[in-house]
Amino acid sequence: MADAPIFIDPAKCRGCKKCITACPFGALYMEGKLATLKPEECRACNACVKACPFKAISSTAQAEAKKSSLDDFKGIWVFAEQHQGKVQEVAYELLSTGRRLAKDRGCELAAVVLGHNVADSASHLIAAGADKVYVVDQPELAEYEANVYTDALNQLIAKYKPEAILAGATAVGRAFFAKVAVRSRTGLTADCTALSIDKESHLLHQTRPAFGGNIMATIMTPNHRPQMATVRPKVFKMSPPDPKRKGETLMEALKLVAAGTKIVRVERNASNVNIAEAEIIVAGGRGMKKAENLELLRKLADLLGGVVGVSRACVDAGWISASHQVGQTGKTVCPKIYLAFGISGAIQHLEGMRGSDTIIAVNNDPNASIFGIADLGIVGDLFEILPMLIEAVESKRKS
Amino acid sequence: MHIVVCVKQVPDTTNVRINPETNTLMREGVESIINPFDEYALEEALKLKDAHGARVTVISMGPPQAEVVLREAMARGADDVVLLTDRAFAGADTLATSYAISQAIKKVDAHPDLVLFGKQAIDGDTAQVGPGVSEFLDFPLVTYVKSIEINDGVFTVETQMDEGVNVIEGKMPAVMTVVKEASTPRFASLSGWMEAKKTAIPRWGAKDVGATAEMCGLNGSPTKVVKIFAPPTKTGGSRMDGREEPEAAVDAILEMLQNKGVA
Repeated sequence: MADAPIFIDPAKCRGCKKCITACPFGALYMEGKLATLKPEECRACNACVKACPFKAISSTAQAEAKKSSLDDFKGIWVFAEQHQGKVQEVAYELLSTGRRLAKDRGCELAAVVLGHNVADSASHLIAAGADKVYVVDQPELAEYEANVYTDALNQLIAKYKPEAILAGATAVGRAFFAKVAVRSRTGLTADCTALSIDKESHLLHQTRPAFGGNIMATIMTPNHRPQMATVRPKVFKMSPPDPKRKGETLMEALKLVAAGTKIVRVERNASNVNIAEAEIIVAGGRGMKKAENLELLRKLADLLGGVVGVSRACVDAGWISASHQVGQTGKTVCPKIYLAFGISGAIQHLEGMRGSDTIIAVNNDPNASIFGIADLGIVGDLFEILPMLIEAVESKRKS
Repeated sequence: MHIVVCVKQVPDTTNVRINPETNTLMREGVESIINPFDEYALEEALKLKDAHGARVTVISMGPPQAEVVLREAMARGADDVVLLTDRAFAGADTLATSYAISQAIKKVDAHPDLVLFGKQAIDGDTAQVGPGVSEFLDFPLVTYVKSIEINDGVFTVETQMDEGVNVIEGKMPAVMTVVKEASTPRFASLSGWMEAKKTAIPRWGAKDVGATAEMCGLNGSPTKVVKIFAPPTKTGGSRMDGREEPEAAVDAILEMLQNKGVA
């Protein structure tokens, strides 16, 4: 059994039960007239410590000792993922959120760049909000490889001890952050949709969806550092860069482990768009009826400068590649505008796009669940409305 | 060749809801299924077995009733199965889970050739346990795998990245996570089911796999859930019937697009 994180002084407890109501985990119960702890349920959140009117509950010595060593960790970091020297937009989004968190915590905000020939990115990251940029610029880091990236970031963590680190929940970020967290023996929360600094505990509160978006959970990492979280692209807004911002760039030379694997070929074809990064998505579902009809979506997407998304039904029918799929088994997207044609709105699909700023849905079924979350819901025949809409946008462009 | 596949029993998430009064999960009556992504991982292992001859061991960590998914894996063609189950594992986050599973893998085989996972589980959606296990085993990690070829102890895999496909090569052993763009999982054969039903499934606890208590379950989990709650419900905005007057509907869409700065 773990050492109890809290101590209840029997001499001071009056049996008022306020702590029992305050405990979010049901870890306290009444033993006669005395509040009693179930240590295995306690998560050391200290809600009871604050709730007790008689100061009968305190955080224990073990918990306090651990806390002081945790105080060695300072500052918030953003992992600035780059591909071919170009920093991914999600890093800038995280820096704008990081600024807010750093202000609330009263600490520094730093960005970390791993790559080769990437030193130029530092000025952009400073303009986007970083006080400091750690750059590791070495040929071994030119292409992402899990082992090498994990080693590099872990060395920096060991040396500079950040309190929290954020990364984009991209294919790269999700995979190697999980390794980094295990190597540092700390906690990691994936796909956060909200981040804040708790006023009392100064801990990072990380909110994420689970169970297919049916449930939200707020998670914290009280006794381990760094606190780690990933955030999906487009969840946070990017703030405009300030080229006058001053910051410090630190070049780090590291001795890195050998790669576990090597990339022999990279295939990028034009249709393999990353829908997670798109501002405008024109999406279709089963109601599109056949593959050829997706051409209508493409046409409108091209006109609006967007990309085509689909529900699972279209991918399963073989109409389009899985890289266009929105939803739980596809991609989660948060575009400015999501146009849904012939998508009824299965929960798995809604989970993947409910974060969109504006949702416009066209469906012939008045009871389609997509209407429940659409800002504008139109009951109608998409084969009538979509061509008219394309024409209207085209003529608007000409005039 | 020995391939270890890790599978998880998950609730069919479509039906999981939160009780708005108590803010607790309502899992009663929710059907349990094998995590869909793990089916793809199992299929890749079975395909390699068909092509090269391999032993396939399937491990699941969960409550005793998770045995069902192991029987299903056997019915499809797995050679051995193990259920990792212990009250000491309860409340494990991804770190404690990765640790427990890696301990079980080490006991199954100190030198497996491949360890396969689904990309992520559909209940937690973290995609962290596969990478976590690669760390505890100290094996190279390859994520988002859609096809695997093996030649002389060297693997060549296609991985589905955000902007395309990367072809990756490496020497076994390795930990891989498999995406749904891989092959369609096979059905279990009737004879497979008959066989699987009869088999006694070994159950291992924390002590059996040499897992230390401080690293298991809640104790070994750095992350703590502060609260759970129902997601903010986005209520529908304006509704229009576009069946009678499609022109008006198109105008409404255009207006909204213009208000948002597009079109």
